[in-house]
Amino acid sequence: MTAPALPAPAAPPAPERGALLTASGVSVTFTVGSSLAARLRHEERVLRAVDGVDLEIPRGEALALVGESGSGKSTLARALTGLVPLAKGEIRFDGRVLPARRKHSDQRRIQMVFQDPYSSLNPRLTVGGMLTELLRVHHVVPRGQVGSFSRELLGLVGLGEEALPAYPRQFSGGQRQRVAIARALALRPDVLLADEPVSALDVSVQATILNLLRDLRAELGLTLMLISHNLAVVRHLCDRVAVMYLGRIIEVAPTETLLRNPQHPYTRGLLAAIPKLSSAGDDGAPAMAGDPPSPLRIPAGCRFRTRCPIAQARCEQQDPVLRISADDSAHSAACHFAFSADGAATATAAAAG
Amino acid sequence: MLAVSDLHVQIASRRGLVRAVDGVSFEVVKGDALGIVGESGSGKSMTLRAILGVLPPEARVTSGQILLDGQDLVPLRQSDLNRIRGPRMSMIFQEPMSALNPVMRVGSQIAEGPLVHLGVGRAKAAERALELMRRVGIPDPERRFRAYPHEFSGGMRQRVMIAIALACEPEIILCDEPTTALDVTIQDQILRLLARLCRETGVSLVFVTHDLPVVAQVCQQLVVMYGGKLVESGPVREVLADPRHPYTLGLVRSAPDFDNVRESLVPIPGSPPSLISPPDGCRFHPRCTFAEEDCLVTEPPLKPLAGGRATACLHYERCAESIETERVETERIEAERAAQ
Repeated sequence: MTAPALPAPAAPPAPERGALLTASGVSVTFTVGSSLAARLRHEERVLRAVDGVDLEIPRGEALALVGESGSGKSTLARALTGLVPLAKGEIRFDGRVLPARRKHSDQRRIQMVFQDPYSSLNPRLTVGGMLTELLRVHHVVPRGQVGSFSRELLGLVGLGEEALPAYPRQFSGGQRQRVAIARALALRPDVLLADEPVSALDVSVQATILNLLRDLRAELGLTLMLISHNLAVVRHLCDRVAVMYLGRIIEVAPTETLLRNPQHPYTRGLLAAIPKLSSAGDDGAPAMAGDPPSPLRIPAGCRFRTRCPIAQARCEQQDPVLRISADDSAHSAACHFAFSADGAATATAAAAG
Repeated sequence: MLAVSDLHVQIASRRGLVRAVDGVSFEVVKGDALGIVGESGSGKSMTLRAILGVLPPEARVTSGQILLDGQDLVPLRQSDLNRIRGPRMSMIFQEPMSALNPVMRVGSQIAEGPLVHLGVGRAKAAERALELMRRVGIPDPERRFRAYPHEFSGGMRQRVMIAIALACEPEIILCDEPTTALDVTIQDQILRLLARLCRETGVSLVFVTHDLPVVAQVCQQLVVMYGGKLVESGPVREVLADPRHPYTLGLVRSAPDFDNVRESLVPIPGSPPSLISPPDGCRFHPRCTFAEEDCLVTEPPLKPLAGGRATACLHYERCAESIETERVETERIEAERAAQ
C-alpha cells in the first residue's frame, strides 16, 4: 500500500482562514502549599502557570511554543489537550467551545507526544496491546481491522510489524519515541502536540524524529504544535513561533520574521543565548542576566521588567498587552517599546551601554 | 599539562567484557579548554571518570597512562588520589542537585575543600567561600551562604558546583555535561562564566558534552569519540567547519544548527556499536556512507594531519569531497532562489 491509509479526518471543513484551535483568555492555576506558610512568606497561594493566553492555530500550521522552564509551555499544551482544567477562558476547536469534560470524540482530535519516551509508555503493555486498546476504546476502525491498522501505523513511523509483540523496554529511545508518535496518530487526530519530543534523545537520533514529524505533517496534513527550548529545532520544523514568559505569550510571529526582527527584549535575549557552531569562546556579558522570577511572585506591570535591559518607569505600572504590528499583521509583541523606532533605539542604546 | 596516553578502560558485565575506552590519547594545555564529544556509550564519561579516579566498581583501567604534570595517576591508591582531587583537579557534574549535599548549607560545602585540603581555619575558609560565591555570580552571598541547595534555582546550584570546583584553585576542572540540565539562557550564563574563569585563573577545562555548539562556544580543542575510540581531534573551529572523519561530519549534519538551516537534517543511520563485540575493522563502517572493502578489515590508525589535527579514517579525503559537493549544491539552490 503506497498511499497513507490515514485519511484526512472527516471533520467539517474549517471556515476559510479560520483557526482550527483557538485559546481565548486561557488561564491555568495550581494551588500550592498551606495558606499559613504562604501568608508568612507574602506569597500568593495560587500559582498562575498560564495567565491569560490568546492563541490561534490555523489548520495545517506548525506552531512552536518556546520559553524557559516554568514559562507555562507544557501547562498550556496540557490545557489544550484537556489534561488540566482551565481556571479561566475557553478553548475552541473548529469553532466550537470544548467543554471542561471532553467527549471521547473530542479527545481524539487533539493528541500529545510527551518528552520522555521512557516514562510515557506503559512498561507492561506490548506495543500491539497499547494500540489495540486505544483503537477499541475509541472505535477508530472496525474490530476486524485493528491488527492491520496497527501495522499500518507502525509503518508510518518507520517501525516494522515485529514491534507489535514487543515491550517498550526492548526499544531504544528513538524507537520508543516512534511508538509514542504512533500511539498519538492512532486516533487520527487533527492536532498533534509534541512536548520537547527530542530533548531526551541522542543527537544522531534527534534528526530522525524531527524528519519524521516533518514528513508526517506533510503526509497527513496534521496541525502541529511543537514545544521546544531549542530554537534551532523550531527553525527546522515550524511556520510560526509563540514565545512564552511567566505564563503569557509575549511575542508571536512567523519563524523567519521572529528570528530576523525580534521585537520583545526577551526574545532578543533568548536568541542571543543560543550557542552556535560558529561562535568563538566568548566570555562577555551573558545575553540575559538572572533567573526567571517564581510564577508565585509575578512582577507587577510588565512581568519581564526585572530582567529587561530596556525597562523604564512605565514598565512598572503598565502591563503591556500583546499588540499587533502596524506593518505586519502576523507579528505581535507585548512590549511598550515594540514596533517603534523609539523602542529599537532604546534597545540599541541599552545593548551598547 | 594533563596527558592521557593509550588509555583502556574495561567494565566487567554479565554479558562479557565491555571495552568502554579503547586506546584513547590526548593532551590538555594549561589554560585551554578541551571538549570531548560523542553519543551516549562512546566512552566520553568513562574517560573523564578514569582521569578523576572515580570509575564504578566494575570498571578498571587496564592499560595506559594519565599524566598530570608528569605524574602518572593510574597506579595511585585512593588515599594518594585524595591529595590530588580538590587542590589539583576537580569536577563539575551534570545534575547539581544530586551532586550537592542536600542537608548541608551551601557555604559550608564550598568551604569544605579549603578546610580539608589547604589547612586553613574555619573563618578563613568561610571568607574564601564568600569570595568564591561572589566570583561565580551568586547574588547576595552573605545571605545565600546559609541557604540549602533546595533553595537555589538550577543555574544557581550549578554556580555553587563551580565555586566548589574552584575552591582549592585546581589546575584542571573536569566538566561532565555541566549545562545539559539548564535552560538556554542559563546555559549561556554558565558557559560564559566558565570561559571567563578559564581566562582569569588559567585553569584548564576538560568538557564532556554531546552538544556541538556548546563545545564551539567554550573549547579551543576538540576530541570526538566513537565506540570507545578517538576518531578525530584538532582545533575546535577547524574540526567543526571542515570535519575529516565521516562520524564528525554526520554529527555536524544531523544537529540542527541555528545559523545554518538545512532542508532536511541528515541522520546518521543505524545505532552505536556494541562495545562487547565491536565490528571488525573500522568501528564506524556499518554506519558509514563512505565505507569501502578495506574499512571492514583494517582498523584505521589515528593519522596526524596538518594544523594539529588527526583522524582515524582510511578515506578521510572523502569528507572534504562531500563537503565541497554540498557547498556547490547549496550555492546552486541559493542562486535558484535568488533568480526567482
